[in-house]
Amino acid sequence: MIAHTIFFYIFSLIAIVSAIMVISSKNTVHSVFFLILDFISISCLFIMIGAEFLGMIMLIVYVGAVAVLFLFVVMMLNVAQQKNEWFKSSSGYSHMPIGLLIGLVILIELIIVIGGWKYKPDLLTVTSISVEENITNTHSIGNVLYTDYFLLFQLSGIILLVAMIGSITLTLRDRGYVKRQNINYQNFTSAKKAIEKKKIKLRSGLK
Amino acid sequence: MTITLDHFLFLGAIIFTIGVLGIFLNKKNVIIILMSIELILLAVNINFVAFSSFSGDLSGQIFAMLTLSVAAAEAAIGLAILVVFFRNQGSIAVEKISNLKG
Repeated sequence: MIAHTIFFYIFSLIAIVSAIMVISSKNTVHSVFFLILDFISISCLFIMIGAEFLGMIMLIVYVGAVAVLFLFVVMMLNVAQQKNEWFKSSSGYSHMPIGLLIGLVILIELIIVIGGWKYKPDLLTVTSISVEENITNTHSIGNVLYTDYFLLFQLSGIILLVAMIGSITLTLRDRGYVKRQNINYQNFTSAKKAIEKKKIKLRSGLK
Repeated sequence: MTITLDHFLFLGAIIFTIGVLGIFLNKKNVIIILMSIELILLAVNINFVAFSSFSGDLSGQIFAMLTLSVAAAEAAIGLAILVVFFRNQGSIAVEKISNLKG
């Protein structure tokens, strides 16, 4: 049990420090690296409390896809090196004091909510999908995901499809100088249109 | 010294606040704002999974998976908008985004 506690503190310390580094690094590439570290330590925490499937999915989706997408865009836009610090405006006006104040208020509110939640124990008496001990986490998620939550599963697929089509349409542009195939024109062409016969005089060449 | 639900909720609250601060304080870089949104969604996921694990209810983990897919879709569309914006403006500094004159 003591090892469990020590692991929790190690992983959560790494997660918090790397979250701070994500928003305060001068170099955007370093921010993406710290985001990856954050995701990895949080997924270790998930695996620690028995949500193995979700931890592995987080590794695949976030580290494998989202973070690489971020890195790709950072390198493509060539904004990796920020000359100034991230919170300083070039006009000298800074959001720092009021932003920190509002952040502090949000943190205090969340902590108050966590404290106050204890006085409402009725919350846990709603009907729930109980976790069976003798089958694995992945097995039990599979049992409910394709039966009780089938519509939700399909809906998330539709969301991903819409996101894919949307990002392709957003970034697609028509560059005029690119030569494309026109299938109809190619199919309905004939030898008369394609080949031209010319009489050429000897030793004069084609004009 | 056992780890309770409260520890995870505090961790979620701290990461959520860091994400919100990243949105508030940023003046230079839109990509950092997108990463802060990812941090906020991560904090929400921590809360879902912690509640699900400590109350013995699987629905929290199912909903966390839905949050995950929405976060991936949001990142893809946000980065696509960013690429188009950079192509038009040549810069992604937050303080220079004032086309709408808001």
